Amino acid sequence: MTVGNRMIAGLGLGVAMTMGAIAVPAVAQDETIKVGVLHSLSGTMAISETTLKDTMLFLIDEQNKKGGLLGKQLEAVVVDPASDWPLFAEKARELIEVNGVAAVFGCWTSSSRKSVLPVFEELNSILFYPVQYEGEESQRNVFYTGAAPNQQAIPAVDYLMENEGVERWVLAGTDYVYPQTTNKILEQYLLDHGVAAEDIMINYTPFGHSDWQTIVSDIKTFGSTGKKTAVVSTINGDANVPFYKELANQGVMAEDIPVVAFSVGEEELAGFDTTPLVGHLAAWNYFQSVDTPENEAFISAWQTFMGNPDKVTNDPMEATVIGFNLWVQAVEKAGTTDTDAVLDAIIGLETPNLTGGIAKMLPNHHLTKPVLIGEIQADGQFEVVSESELVPGDAWSDFLPESKMIEADWTAPISCGNYNTETKTCGGSEVAAVQ
Amino acid sequence: MTGAGMTILKHLIGAMLLLSALLTAIPAHAQFADADLTTLVDALAPGSFKDRETAIGNLVASGDPRAVPVLETLLEGELYFDETGGKVVFTSASGGKGAISDPVTGADLSDLTEADLEKVKVNNSLRRVLRTAIGQMTLLSEDARVRLSAAQSVLRDADPAQLELLDSAISAETDVRIKRVMEQARAVIMLKSPEASVEDKTAAVPVVLAIGGRDALNTLTTALASAPDEIRPTIESAIDGLARDRAAWDVAQNVWFGVSLGSVLLLAAIGLAITFGVMGVINMAHGEMVMLGAYTTFVVQEIIRQNAPGLFDWSLAIALPAAFLFTGLVGVAIERGIIRFLYGRPLETLLATWGLSLIIQQAVQRIFTANIREVGNPSWMSGSFELGGLAITWNRFYIVIFALLVFVALLLVLKYTAIGLHMRAVTQNRRMASSMGIRTPLVDAMTFGLGSGIAGLAGVALSQIGNVSPNLGQGYIIDSFMVVVFGGVGNLWGTLVGALTLGIANKFIEPYAGAVLGKIIILVLIILFIQRRPRGLFALKGRSIEA
Amino acid sequence: MITQALFRALDKKAIWLVAILLLVAVAVPASNLLLPVDSPFRLPNYAVPLFGKYLTFAMLALALDLVWGYCGILSLGHGAFFAIGGYAMGMYLMRQIGTRGVYANPILPDFMVFLNWKELPWYWYGMDNFWFAMLMVVVVPGLLAFIFGFLAFRSRVTGVYLSIITQAMTYALLLAFFRNDMGFGGNNGLTDFKDILGQSISAPSTRAALFAASAIALALAVLACSAIVNSKLGKVMVAVRDAESRTRFLGYRVEYVKLFAFVVSAIIAGIAGALYVPQVGIINPSEFEPANSIEVVIWTAVGGRGTIIGPIIGGVLVNVGKSYFTGAFPEYWLFALGALFVVTTLFLPKGIVGLIGQYRAATTKREQHDRDAPTPMQVEAGADPQPKPAE
Repeated sequence: MTVGNRMIAGLGLGVAMTMGAIAVPAVAQDETIKVGVLHSLSGTMAISETTLKDTMLFLIDEQNKKGGLLGKQLEAVVVDPASDWPLFAEKARELIEVNGVAAVFGCWTSSSRKSVLPVFEELNSILFYPVQYEGEESQRNVFYTGAAPNQQAIPAVDYLMENEGVERWVLAGTDYVYPQTTNKILEQYLLDHGVAAEDIMINYTPFGHSDWQTIVSDIKTFGSTGKKTAVVSTINGDANVPFYKELANQGVMAEDIPVVAFSVGEEELAGFDTTPLVGHLAAWNYFQSVDTPENEAFISAWQTFMGNPDKVTNDPMEATVIGFNLWVQAVEKAGTTDTDAVLDAIIGLETPNLTGGIAKMLPNHHLTKPVLIGEIQADGQFEVVSESELVPGDAWSDFLPESKMIEADWTAPISCGNYNTETKTCGGSEVAAVQ
Repeated sequence: MTGAGMTILKHLIGAMLLLSALLTAIPAHAQFADADLTTLVDALAPGSFKDRETAIGNLVASGDPRAVPVLETLLEGELYFDETGGKVVFTSASGGKGAISDPVTGADLSDLTEADLEKVKVNNSLRRVLRTAIGQMTLLSEDARVRLSAAQSVLRDADPAQLELLDSAISAETDVRIKRVMEQARAVIMLKSPEASVEDKTAAVPVVLAIGGRDALNTLTTALASAPDEIRPTIESAIDGLARDRAAWDVAQNVWFGVSLGSVLLLAAIGLAITFGVMGVINMAHGEMVMLGAYTTFVVQEIIRQNAPGLFDWSLAIALPAAFLFTGLVGVAIERGIIRFLYGRPLETLLATWGLSLIIQQAVQRIFTANIREVGNPSWMSGSFELGGLAITWNRFYIVIFALLVFVALLLVLKYTAIGLHMRAVTQNRRMASSMGIRTPLVDAMTFGLGSGIAGLAGVALSQIGNVSPNLGQGYIIDSFMVVVFGGVGNLWGTLVGALTLGIANKFIEPYAGAVLGKIIILVLIILFIQRRPRGLFALKGRSIEA
Repeated sequence: MITQALFRALDKKAIWLVAILLLVAVAVPASNLLLPVDSPFRLPNYAVPLFGKYLTFAMLALALDLVWGYCGILSLGHGAFFAIGGYAMGMYLMRQIGTRGVYANPILPDFMVFLNWKELPWYWYGMDNFWFAMLMVVVVPGLLAFIFGFLAFRSRVTGVYLSIITQAMTYALLLAFFRNDMGFGGNNGLTDFKDILGQSISAPSTRAALFAASAIALALAVLACSAIVNSKLGKVMVAVRDAESRTRFLGYRVEYVKLFAFVVSAIIAGIAGALYVPQVGIINPSEFEPANSIEVVIWTAVGGRGTIIGPIIGGVLVNVGKSYFTGAFPEYWLFALGALFVVTTLFLPKGIVGLIGQYRAATTKREQHDRDAPTPMQVEAGADPQPKPAE
């Protein structure tokens, strides 16, 4: 046998061994109920997602202190999809098939959610997705506990129109699907409300954009025509710090040109001094500063759990909390963690929001949420300046021509994620055009 | 005029104003009864923002000077009210802490507790109203600085209703600078106001023109729409002149943006130019050295915040040597621990340092968590200033200066110091240098340390404009390689020219193609450029070049 | 001529390797499909596409090895060819969705409906045809490599410079594919595939078939690479790697040799990408990330460059490790990967294959050991002005 032969034999053996190692199917253990946590702990998304992993560990810990679920302890299975979208799909599959988790809490970006969708559909498991997103989706196995566009973007624009008298709009975003869709919806909404096309400026920048000089200066120019101007920012996570620093340094004051952001929360504000930014806005369904007993209790328990009295909370965390509570309730109601039973049981369940009001799981797998508009304060927190009634999440935007006739309803008799209300069929908008 | 004389004059004018105010039904400087004023102040707390706006209006109408501190505190968001009784109060420390006192009488209100206090909320439109109100109430203040800011606030609002107040203020004003601002405000009001006469409007045009820049352009453009026909040509020619100026300044502004971006690239790339140029080492962990420099700044600032907050404005001065030493030492350690085994195999150093960069990133993430860390701007690096028609932000300005200083310092080190001489010798002919008694391993270690140290300095500077997170370095590494390769390896001037060219080119393409496409175009241009000149702009010539 | 080349390619090592790959191509699907569910030897469903993915990565590493290990061109942009092949396959799969998309548009993929596009961009024409799409899988990466290589090699961009501009290439493509206006689905990429050649993409039989196709494609790639490196051209490639100028002075058209290797390598990478996409179910711009391409280099280096078997071992092993670490020790994956880079370059310049060879040499011919594999300690501080073997 030559060297090569040995090596090849070795390789064969190695592959066989790894196959064996991975192939051993995890025997579903009866003592615990496993819960999958699918958040990036390394790579670009770790900044945002690590906190959600900790939130899940915290929630599971709390639940176990209360005696677990169905008389069993919960066990978190944490994996690291490393901000790598295909790896999300692989890890989701591993969680469901190998670890036998009852439900998965995870994903942040739309790409990662899109990547795992087919896996959850195929293996019939449950995903709770805790981040605000662009909508235009409702899948049987996924619960969207973050905001849909009608629960964030549109109320924010309404607020600016009514309270600030804004007439001229800059829609600035990172070039990916969430900003593109949100801006399309907003553009249509603004045009419908009589804003002239030349009073809308749309600008896209790459991920992690760091040099904002030109864009901020353009915004200043655009906003200096005498008409009240505002910026609607769908700029993604880590590009925000340099953006706001540039705004502050170029002297764009909130009183002149307010910026309302949909992706800037307490976590992002912790990255810089907010004194020059006081008055700029953000629209969320949760702010740490909201003064309710539930929120106070949650924050102090969380800070104790993390051993850090300065640890901030944010909107996706609340969405995770609500999703987890609803899942626990659904499992208790169904008496089992079986996917189909839980899917049936969870619709219509209610749990209190941390900010007051009740989150209800709707048949379209979205939640009712209050919309809060907050102004940035010098201490890095938000001061709520407007709070809406509970808004039911709308999976399919009514402001896009292709989706206004589509509704999602996962209860019988419709049981469809893209039900066409005009043709009364399940299967999207184009069916109408074809038939 | 003596100070006393001025004060007397002020009082005199104040009395006159009081008279005129009474005549015009604006009860300026009226002293209200405590109880009445307290009612007005307490009205700030309840209700919606709209109610609060009315309450502010009433408070202004009172004309009582004691209302000014109340409004100022409200503007700062530091005004509190007692939840139980609805009384509006002052607190001695920010955040609703400290001793509680009555805003009108100043009496101590120790029977109220901090826990019951609730902030009186303000939003943007209220802040605008407040600023106007304060401006209006302080336009006749004795403090020149307060008057100036009041005048600027009036200029910003340019509300015709304030014309009379403004006129009286102008006639009383002695400070030339403040007076100019007030006159500008008056001119803007004139152009805006439909009642103003043609003569007033004509006279106002040159004054507004003198304000210059975009503000003047906007005022005039708005005025043009409602202007009577007689003065249209005057305004139009003024607009033309301003627009021409503006176009020229816009080009200059773009060049400045480019220089500023270029200086950031230069800072990020210059350390790389040394290690790459002198040692032929491709240090993929270079970005992480920048990141470590930024984290050093963070740590220094944290220590200062906790121990000596007064030194905060000096934090960068302390962070610079600290970052240089720390990253320099890390650099030497990397060179001694890994790179020296890999000389002559440049592509392998690339892989090893890439691996190292992953380790450093993850280690920093474990220590500092993945969250973005706050690195503050010292006060002298905040805000912006105007240079002609250019708006230049202080932080960018200092970074440009700093980048050039680092560049010059490095040039001097290479040219006039022994270690610089050795470095150049090793760059040009390693064997020969070695034969002449230069300890090449020491030179290598020092060079790598120097390159890393400079990356650390860059980190201090970059922490002022961007994120401080474990991924900080990743964002700069590809750009810095482009700069070095474009400029030509082994030539510092090449790096300088390369960085500035790429920065300016980027900024001129961006307005036409957008930020994303602009970046792609630059990359494609670099790739094509390398085909034409495989060794960059300033290629090293001679035997040191591998065949 | 071709038979001759093939004959030469079929040396003992290659025969073994191809035989094992073919065996795997049969055994894995058979174990998954034929054995009863409770059999300890049955591969669970999820493992089949996972192993299939490893094989496509191995193929990508092999492609890189052809240019790096044999021709001395360190490409830091091979992920780009892989991704382009993947996109071509993804476009075909998107068109197969037809009216099953959420908007049920028979022509336009969902993301285009969503962005209000009215018609299909020209470059999507024909992608609904499997064979045309497969042609594109080969042609587009090949063409890109040809144009890029032609420009670069003709103007003698070598070594580090070449590495960096290949990195610039993949970075530019990354930014371009991120743009929604490009018509490739932006950041989300292409996903939610349903069918391939009329078969449901999530059916175990389709998965098994895709796995078998990957194994066979890898076997064919091994044959092709083996044929090339064992031919006269292969010898010239090695000569270019070890002494480019000398080879040029001997009268060889070095740039054409390099161009050939680069194009073939890009095509293999493209095919690997095309097989990767249906097995992982998504293709998006992150595949273009420079970091991914650098990772491919380490797979090759770990296995052992300049050998046919090395990159395959490396590609599979590192990725098995990645699957394991990101599940078992999620916080430590980057430490492990980083350490792998450092340790491999410092202590295993010839990779695992070199290690085995060294071990073998040590046991049989102890005295030859020192000459075979220089330990890192012996490398003197870059004093050699001669062109080094571009390792």
